[in-house]
Amino acid sequence: MSRQTLGGTSRKQPAQLPVLSGRPLASLYAGNVRAVFARGLKATWGSNWAITASGFVEPVLYLVAMGVGLGSLIGTVEGPGGERIGYANYIAPALLAVSAMNGAVYDSTWNVFFKLNYAKLYEGMLNTSLGPLDVALGEILLALLRGALYATGFTAVMGVMGLVTAPWALLMVPAAVLVAFGFASFGMGVTSFMKTFQQMDWISFVMLPMFLFSATFYPLSVYPEPVQWMVQALPLWHGVELLRQLSAGAVTAATGLHILYYLVMILLGLVLTTARLRRLFLS
Amino acid sequence: MSQAHRPDSAGRGDIVVSARNLTKKFGDFTAVDAISFQVRAGESFGLLGPNGAGKSTTMRMIGGVSRRTSGELAIMGLDPDRHGPEIRAHLGVVPQQDNLDQELRVRDNLIVYGRYFGLPHSYLRPKADELLEFAQLADKARAKVDALSGGMKRRLTIARSLVNDPRMLLLDEPTTGLDPQARHILWDRLFRLKESGVTLILTTHYMDEAEQLCDRLIVVDKGRIMAEGSPAALIREHSTREVLELRFGSERNAAVAAELGGIGERQEALPDRVLIYADDGEAALEQVSGRGLRPLTSLVRRSSLEDVFLRLTGRSLID
Amino acid sequence: MTEIRRTTNNAAGTAGGLPARDGLRPPLSPLESAARVRRLGSLYVLEHWLRAMRGYGWTVLLTAVGTPLVYLFAMGVGLAALVDANTGAGGVPLGAGRAVPYLVFVAPALLATAAIMVAAEENTYPVMSGFKWRRTYYGPQATPLASRQLVNGHCLGVLCRLLLTCGLYFLFLLLFGAVPEASGWAMIPTAALGGFAFGLPLMAYASGIEDEKGQFALVQRFVVMPLFLFSGTFFPLEAMPPAVRWFGWISPLWHSTELGRVAGYGQVEPAWLTVLRVCYLALLAAAGWLLARRVYARRLGT
Repeated sequence: MSRQTLGGTSRKQPAQLPVLSGRPLASLYAGNVRAVFARGLKATWGSNWAITASGFVEPVLYLVAMGVGLGSLIGTVEGPGGERIGYANYIAPALLAVSAMNGAVYDSTWNVFFKLNYAKLYEGMLNTSLGPLDVALGEILLALLRGALYATGFTAVMGVMGLVTAPWALLMVPAAVLVAFGFASFGMGVTSFMKTFQQMDWISFVMLPMFLFSATFYPLSVYPEPVQWMVQALPLWHGVELLRQLSAGAVTAATGLHILYYLVMILLGLVLTTARLRRLFLS
Repeated sequence: MSQAHRPDSAGRGDIVVSARNLTKKFGDFTAVDAISFQVRAGESFGLLGPNGAGKSTTMRMIGGVSRRTSGELAIMGLDPDRHGPEIRAHLGVVPQQDNLDQELRVRDNLIVYGRYFGLPHSYLRPKADELLEFAQLADKARAKVDALSGGMKRRLTIARSLVNDPRMLLLDEPTTGLDPQARHILWDRLFRLKESGVTLILTTHYMDEAEQLCDRLIVVDKGRIMAEGSPAALIREHSTREVLELRFGSERNAAVAAELGGIGERQEALPDRVLIYADDGEAALEQVSGRGLRPLTSLVRRSSLEDVFLRLTGRSLID
Repeated sequence: MTEIRRTTNNAAGTAGGLPARDGLRPPLSPLESAARVRRLGSLYVLEHWLRAMRGYGWTVLLTAVGTPLVYLFAMGVGLAALVDANTGAGGVPLGAGRAVPYLVFVAPALLATAAIMVAAEENTYPVMSGFKWRRTYYGPQATPLASRQLVNGHCLGVLCRLLLTCGLYFLFLLLFGAVPEASGWAMIPTAALGGFAFGLPLMAYASGIEDEKGQFALVQRFVVMPLFLFSGTFFPLEAMPPAVRWFGWISPLWHSTELGRVAGYGQVEPAWLTVLRVCYLALLAAAGWLLARRVYARRLGT
């Protein structure tokens, strides 16, 4: 008798659920990114804010060493507008793009990998009403906030070193966040395929050449043409060019193209990540 | 070093561990406070006590990985301060916390460990298979350590400690954290070793483990020895034959205990229950009913080492 | 081995024979075994190290091959085009009227840097993990092995990896035509020495850490990265303002780089300076080694 009542209740429950499933992605998304974001802020500020803050130092060191030290060997190079600019002016926006990439990739790969496989943080989160997409967006937003802080700091350092020459340069901060968004949305999807630390090492194998070959330290023109095409397909090159154009105030149609590249990358990345999370957690 | 130190010539009954006024201090804190005991070859010797009693520290000193502050200690007749490697070559050690090499596979863990005893591969390869059989892990030989359950890891750790065919095994809390079934499997394996003449020295805070495995034990608390003897003798000496456990509800236990005067040899009021020590538990229960007291639950059981510990220290083994 | 030699009535008396007495007996008595380990213990640690390395051997090899390729193409070819165009046909001015192409200038620095990176990697997390996460040092602790042999065996393992990495790097340098002098091979041992000069003090530091609170990330950012950038690697130390050149003077990477340059293209410097550099690096390595042995002994008690 009591068993029948129980059965009846569980048969009745699905009738209330369509309220949620009326929205797209209802099974993945509970509209509560804020909870994940707030936890992340607490965790960051509570334990390792010194380390978080120190991440800003790396691009500055590069800028000082390469801009000042190496700059003395190189002199001037051709800027995005065709004019000759100092070597420090040339690499500063590129370093900002690289740091946006590195931060986003670290946050969306190593950090996510650890939480996914070792800390089992997401398992706990997904036992609540949160969906995988809440978790993913929350983590990405955190990475972007961090990226925005670093970018602001770095732009300020550029200002102090006299490397900010056009008002457009202020737009480097949102542009850096855009670059970070592109890498973060993809990184998380890619990480969901990784099972061991050894596989995670492959990420560095991709990152290092991209860092060195994407016209960061020298113009693309040193390469033969086919190599130039390959580099131009890489996301970092678009980020470097975008920031370099903003920094020099040489905004053209190409600028729009670089932005478009990132918008598409973000979209594809989010689609991939969502599909993977659905597979991992809701199968 | 004379031949007398070789374990093969140490017959059953020879003294293999001898401690006199053994003391270990960490700064101002005295972890082990002038304890004296002896262990004979072939014996199964236990250190029973709560966490922090100084059991593990004592074990580390016996194992030659922690220097004593004062007192005398001889293992197989050797001084651990001077002959650490020689002593450790005689021993098998099962630490409290597993420290298997997670980067290696199950069988490789045994072989690599055996190499640290200077043993050749020609001996270690078949020995590893033999030990995996013993530990009931033969089908896991190629598995990653990560993939093993807690009980399997423990068994692998024990198998590893046997790779040098030691005549003496040190086991620090061998079954802590395992589920009941895994504990029973482990006890069975240890019992077989004991039967084959291996000297076992183990620490535990489980009285059932001590009763199952130990011929003789010392009860330690706060770095001191409170009592020494076989489990049966300790119970006989420090407790009654039976114990009556009564529960009156958390609020009332203490108050009711005051009304139980004169029943049994003595009473012990704990927060969750009242214990009455008596040689005849049923008779004691009738006396309680006779006074018009109605416990929520009542239970008559044999005295255990837990009761001995409670008697000696006024505290439980597991808090 | 499956033969059941005795039956028992125990709770779980299922399978498995009795080992100890009836099982295989070791060919060495305990005292013979201890004597052997006193002699060869460090080699057993090396053996263990190499066996564990098999698990990620591909990563090590790919890093050892990929890193030189990437850096040489980027810095030695790409960046060099920019530098050489500016400095003219002569290349990087070295004082005393001498100059070399940028590729030749930067090659010994890249090789020395690779050694520092390997040393940084091997002497942080793996050491910490031996004491803390995986506790792999506490297994051998219960064997006849002494803690100083753990230190020595680890050093031997790192030496193997340094020689492999630097050796491969050197082959690539030859391939790129970055080593004009026949004495160039000497930059392999000098880079390895630099790796130890940096790695052993780091090992001592890492072994002393009780709680990992991100110290290694800070070491990476505030020690390894500045070393990499400010040790006269990509530009002569003289290109930095005098106020910050002291950083190069104390940097083991600067000294191993300069030694590599002496070997690689005959950079001119007084002999006493070369000797001083070697002594300084050896001193750092020895101090780190002694310190690490003390910390290991304190934590392991053996």
